[in-house]
Amino acid sequence: MSEFAPAAGRLAVLTRQLCAAAASESTWEHVAQAPPDPIIGVTDAWRADTDPRKLNLGVGAYRTEDGKPFVLQAVREAERQLSADPAENKEYLPISGLPEFCRLSRGLALGPTSVAIQEGRVATVQALSGTGALRVGAEFLSTHLPPAHPRIVYLPNPTWGNHKTIFAKAGFQVREYRYFDPASRGLDFAGMTADLASAPPGSVLLLHACAHNPTGVDPDAEQWGRLLELTREGRLLPFFDMAYQGFASGDVDADAAAVRRFAEAGLELVLAQSFAKNMGLYGERAGALSVVTRSKEVAARVESQLKLVIRPMYSNPPKHGAAIAARVMGDPGLCALWKEELRGMAERIKAMRAALYDALQQRGVAGDWSFVLRQIGMFSFTGLTRPQCEQLVSKWHIHLTLDGRISMAGLSAASAPYLAEAIADVVSSGSSA
Amino acid sequence: MLQIAKMLQNVSSRAAGARHVFSARPVCSRVNFQAVRAASRFADVAQAPPDPILGVSEAFRASTNPNKLNLGVGAYRDEDLKPVVLNVVKKAEGNIFSRNENKEYLSIEGLEGFRRATVDLLLGQGHPAIQEGRVAAIQSLSGTGSLRVGAAFIARFLKGATVYISNPTWGNHRNIFGDEGVEWKHYRYFDAATVGLDFKGLTEDLTAAPPGSVVLLHGCAHNPTGVDPTPEQWAAIADLCKERNLLPFFDVAYQGFATGDLDKDAFAPRLFVERGLEILVSQSYSKNLGLYGERVGALVMVVQDKESATRCLSQLKRLARALYSNPPTHGAKIAAEVVNNKELFDEWKVEMRGMAGRIERVRGELQAALEAKCPQKDWSFITRQIGMFSFTGLSPAQVDNMTNKHAVYMTRDGRISLAGLNSAKVEYLADAIVDSVRNC
Repeated sequence: MSEFAPAAGRLAVLTRQLCAAAASESTWEHVAQAPPDPIIGVTDAWRADTDPRKLNLGVGAYRTEDGKPFVLQAVREAERQLSADPAENKEYLPISGLPEFCRLSRGLALGPTSVAIQEGRVATVQALSGTGALRVGAEFLSTHLPPAHPRIVYLPNPTWGNHKTIFAKAGFQVREYRYFDPASRGLDFAGMTADLASAPPGSVLLLHACAHNPTGVDPDAEQWGRLLELTREGRLLPFFDMAYQGFASGDVDADAAAVRRFAEAGLELVLAQSFAKNMGLYGERAGALSVVTRSKEVAARVESQLKLVIRPMYSNPPKHGAAIAARVMGDPGLCALWKEELRGMAERIKAMRAALYDALQQRGVAGDWSFVLRQIGMFSFTGLTRPQCEQLVSKWHIHLTLDGRISMAGLSAASAPYLAEAIADVVSSGSSA
Repeated sequence: MLQIAKMLQNVSSRAAGARHVFSARPVCSRVNFQAVRAASRFADVAQAPPDPILGVSEAFRASTNPNKLNLGVGAYRDEDLKPVVLNVVKKAEGNIFSRNENKEYLSIEGLEGFRRATVDLLLGQGHPAIQEGRVAAIQSLSGTGSLRVGAAFIARFLKGATVYISNPTWGNHRNIFGDEGVEWKHYRYFDAATVGLDFKGLTEDLTAAPPGSVVLLHGCAHNPTGVDPTPEQWAAIADLCKERNLLPFFDVAYQGFATGDLDKDAFAPRLFVERGLEILVSQSYSKNLGLYGERVGALVMVVQDKESATRCLSQLKRLARALYSNPPTHGAKIAAEVVNNKELFDEWKVEMRGMAGRIERVRGELQAALEAKCPQKDWSFITRQIGMFSFTGLSPAQVDNMTNKHAVYMTRDGRISLAGLNSAKVEYLADAIVDSVRNC
């Protein structure tokens, strides 16, 4: 059957075309409706909800205490400066993006004392936020890993939904490693290390640098050390997704500790960096892809090949977001202001965790809810079951993804008690089936 | 040190005796690979050549020759050879900033106001296809990004289809379809003898194309030749597509730049839709709104019915999600602001006519200069060709002479961008061309 497949496919195309022509029906009759994106669906449902108590806990974007989107002052100021600068124009950026942005991005990630940067061993290209960096990185690896290396990527279970799609599109076989432990709502480290130890050498290992999405569960320092050993022994290629640098702890250096440790250990690694959350640049699509290699020479060749991936994808990246980010990172005053605002956002998230925890304790909700305080970043994996989540939506008008993930960014001091009340209700009623 | 690492790899692979070099743990696992600078897994990655078009600007920037002239990339320059930010763009940006808007993610399909505006521009406001809801449009990353999403859609939903692209065409077309695994073939287009359209060859090649094939057509101001079909020829091509069941895919990167008139330049895709054909269109606002680096464009599908449009949009979104999730907001806001604001829109049309007019003028001056210096050759193609580019007919060797001897930077296919020429440099360029033609 398999040797007839290409011909059968061709025949199908022809048949469709000829029939379509005859019946004057669309060429696209056979195109099925794609399923709706689950995350976007949450916000759509929230918008349509008329109940005044409604909460949007599906949002992956920071919200203020008033539930409003937030544009950082540092960003506004950088934008103002750009608009007033006569040297600015709208010319194409180079394929690899705004050079200053690339330089500052990798510096932010790898740190001011990075030997890899000093030795010129890091190839960096501007990318379309985190998604674009992941896609370009995946395509590059698919083409340029040595032929003997398996095109296999290990993703944590669970992970951001788009990871699987992106790597699959780039021709990778996707495998999962155990990660979230539902019992403790923490890290299943034994499972994780067992799965990684059995990975074929040369496989790609996707790691969330900090503030794991969707669980909020991160390895601790000791565990990162063990992961480094495993990666090195197993000859795995670490591919870090860093979408929350500065957002997890409030400190950009602390949040980059894992990435820097791997780089300092002399490992080659790939890094996807996003400025969507930590600079609030969401829709401007500011991101960077870095490949840390073993020599300056290799880095140069890698960069040239990254450009060959980019040119047929979008030619060159959008300028506005990167220009803002470069200005913020490069100007000492703006940079300091940014870091202060970033700390503020991270602190509010932590305060919401505390508020929710306290409210749950006050209501004496059954179970150990300390994980709310332990989990890191915007998201919390509550461990609520699908039926319980559905109850939250239908009865309490609290909108979240049905995997039990809530976004702390969607909470306020005022709404935390309401959420606690709702949780108390759904876990106590018979809907825990 | 590299040798030791390689030796260890060989030892392990022989030990493993397996197909893959890395299928067994290395024999000497106790060796500290940190001390030995292990070979990079990217050691065999080859240096890629510079991009044939964008590389020209890189080379130009690197040149220290005071006479240097950049006729490479199709980016508009004013009479002082400076980049131009359109007045309407500056005003639009001012409006946007004063509104203090947020930077939230756009939906996967992009800014609603922009999507409406771009379809209106393409088909004309109030077009029946729009009213019938049978147009699917997503905002994407300028022309390249839109073509890429379209190519991905074809790869997924027209498996096995071949895309026919003109010979010559914009070089990146081949890479875009190639990277999506879509097979491409050429159809004859440019006739070097007449410096015009090889309509007979085009017709023969498209007639021979298997039904269900895709045909990539330049909506206007063909890149790199500047040679466009006449309205009659467009009608014949449309009929051919209907008869042979070929799917037209328009690359519209110069709407407004060809004749200076937005509606006239949309003649071809509108004609095809009128003839009842389903089409794909990639639109770019890089040149006509001067939004180059902001990456503003759209992929549009005009289909037979509303239901199909809805389904197609859902799948376009899925493809975009895996490439970049959602498109950049800034450039789209500017474009929407200009098109949807009557005053700005009218002012835009004037600015665009100005740009197209300057190019027409330098074309005339260049032709006159060449005719004076080299009357034996027919230089009339320079004013016959449409849009930003002129296909000079210079050979690669002649192009090398242009660059190496005269510091005129251009692509090796003989294309020059008139947008990069001004009156002051016309004589210089004419001398360089004549020298290259005569002596190479």
